Amino acid sequence: MAEAKYVGKWNEQEVLDRIEHVRRQAPRIRDEAINMSHGAGGKATHTLIEALFQPAFGNSMGDQAIFDVNGSTLAVTTDTYVVSPLFFPGGNIGELAINGTVNDLAVGGAEPLYITCGFVLEEGLEVALLRQVVEAMAAAAEAAGVKLVAGDTKVVPRGKGDKIFINTTGIGLIREPDRLGIGKVVTGDAILVTGPIGDHGTAIMLARGDLDIETDLESDTAAVHTLCAAMMSAGDVHFMRDATRGGVGTVLNEIAREANLGIAIREDAVPVRDEVRGAAEILGIDPLYVANEGRVVAVVAGGEIGAVLDACRAHSLGERASVIGEVLAEPPGMVFMHTAFGGSRVVDMLIGDPLPRIC
Amino acid sequence: MKFVDEFRDQGVAARLARSIARESAGRDWKIMEVCGGHTHTIYKYGIEDVLPSNVELVHGPGCPVCVIPMGRVDDGIAVAKTEGVIFTCFGDMMRVPGSDGSLLDAKAQGADVRMVYSPLDALKIARQNPDREVVFFAIGFETTAPSTALTLMRAADEDVKNFSVFCNHVTIVPPMKAILDSPDLRLDGFLGPGHVSTVVGIRPFEFVSARYDKPVVVVGFEPLDILQGVYMIVKQIKEGRCEVENQYTRIVRDDGNPKGLEVMQQVFALRPHFEWRGLGFISQSALRIRDEYAAFDAELRFEVPGVRVADPKACQCGEVLKGVLKPYECKVFGTACTPETPIGTCMVSSEGACAAYYNYGRFSRAASRIEALEKLEVL
Repeated sequence: MAEAKYVGKWNEQEVLDRIEHVRRQAPRIRDEAINMSHGAGGKATHTLIEALFQPAFGNSMGDQAIFDVNGSTLAVTTDTYVVSPLFFPGGNIGELAINGTVNDLAVGGAEPLYITCGFVLEEGLEVALLRQVVEAMAAAAEAAGVKLVAGDTKVVPRGKGDKIFINTTGIGLIREPDRLGIGKVVTGDAILVTGPIGDHGTAIMLARGDLDIETDLESDTAAVHTLCAAMMSAGDVHFMRDATRGGVGTVLNEIAREANLGIAIREDAVPVRDEVRGAAEILGIDPLYVANEGRVVAVVAGGEIGAVLDACRAHSLGERASVIGEVLAEPPGMVFMHTAFGGSRVVDMLIGDPLPRIC
Repeated sequence: MKFVDEFRDQGVAARLARSIARESAGRDWKIMEVCGGHTHTIYKYGIEDVLPSNVELVHGPGCPVCVIPMGRVDDGIAVAKTEGVIFTCFGDMMRVPGSDGSLLDAKAQGADVRMVYSPLDALKIARQNPDREVVFFAIGFETTAPSTALTLMRAADEDVKNFSVFCNHVTIVPPMKAILDSPDLRLDGFLGPGHVSTVVGIRPFEFVSARYDKPVVVVGFEPLDILQGVYMIVKQIKEGRCEVENQYTRIVRDDGNPKGLEVMQQVFALRPHFEWRGLGFISQSALRIRDEYAAFDAELRFEVPGVRVADPKACQCGEVLKGVLKPYECKVFGTACTPETPIGTCMVSSEGACAAYYNYGRFSRAASRIEALEKLEVL
């Protein structure tokens, strides 16, 4: 098996090496216009950031920025919400905006403190609807212990927007600087997800009603800052990321690429609800790429995974947490999966956009 | 999940793999899976890891998106860009490149292109938008043709005047003949297309065993279906038999779905010839809309360029579709041609051999790495 088969000009390994070489080159944008996949959180989004935003802004841009002010370490994050429909089983755009912003801070090890929000409203939007969204934001903020401190409102003519778009900025305090980071990820680390994957994306898709499938499935939207804090106090967590657009599969690829290490996961260890598996099966999509709004992928020191897993399962948002795989030295930058069937395959980043406007 | 997990059982797979290894020992085997759905399953579950190394699966021409030539994509895009048109298609089709961009690009430029899961959804959009022209880009083998036929019959019944179909339906037997006649391919047998056979039955494949002396086993799309199909082919040859067998008995009847065949017959007629991506023109290989339903034929309702566009020079989709080249043996595989920026159709659809290999199979199966996976058991 280890011996490469020579067929024609290339052997398989040469081709794989050539592909890896190409993949490592700086990405170029080949599209002439923005299409929906640029917003899907997968490959096209990464290309846009790396080939257009980063060179122009002269900065590496992650989910949060971390900086020191008068001896305190602060994290800042920004996010925009365009989900359709505005209300879906398990939540709405307002709740999502607060939770999503809190989560971007929390996975960086920050204690969320303040959030600002900007609204883009479409002419004709019912005030009662807006009130519901705003009240949901207030409730979510109170539950998460963050203060909404500044805002902005713009209205666009009918047809130039879609009811409500929300932009947020979140500021948090990092009490233990340098505790987390992609640089801390090493071979032998274990990989944990905090619960069943794909709930949010599937709930949204079913809520759109294109599919005539009835389930009780709800979005997993939740603020995970206390869960993250519990895991961090239980053991040596090296890195965390919330698996939103692009799903767990894309986050694992980001980790593998940024750490330049390999990741292997076991399909049968990845928790997926039957409703999600069923819908994904019918649509031919993979739950690994379906968005979550309350699930965290954590990379934990191999020896301390037991304690961190216990802490996670003791938290109401992490009861179904599972250790899904581990970090390997080889192959660098790649994620592969041992299938429940007994084979193995690559898990690549999300390509294209199976479910637009998910958050 | 019930009725799914049973067909993905690792223990049964291991037993089947041992039986295949026993029966196939002593020589090399090349078996073609005709259908793109099979190719997808093979890579998604890593079936090549389970099969003994002397059994090779060769990927066939049965991916409906992959066989659409560029000229037809251009025609579809021209219709999509027509003022007032809502253009509907299956999701995979949106990313297939024409000579100047894909339907996704046309959408970004302002065309109203929408993804649907069924032609009936397209008809629904037509009823909801009576002041717009709604066109459905119909693709697929005999699997999807009956649903297009039924949709056209319903449109005629309900007299939906703003609905039409851009028909690109093809049939499975002619490309199989083309492959069997191709001198550069040596195959031991075929895994027959399960979904197509639900409609056409298993008899249309009898020419393969009778005239070309190759066994055919019609198989389903779960990983155990594929393994059992491989086992049945190997066993036939070992026992000196050569026939068409049906592994997918839970779905496929020997004479198919007569009702489905009937509606197809009613709505479609054979085209004298049709261009296939990479395979060139094949006579009597595709369906057109019958004159009785001409009012719903988008090719008659809209100006389409109808120009044959040569495949890009670098693209070797034809060789891949015929199973002559493995995906990674193509000159542009994985470098210039990737799922994000496909040059050829095989890289677009999840059923395309190149996309399946790129997305799932693109790693060295060196023993050390498999060992690394086994270490995971301790977790």
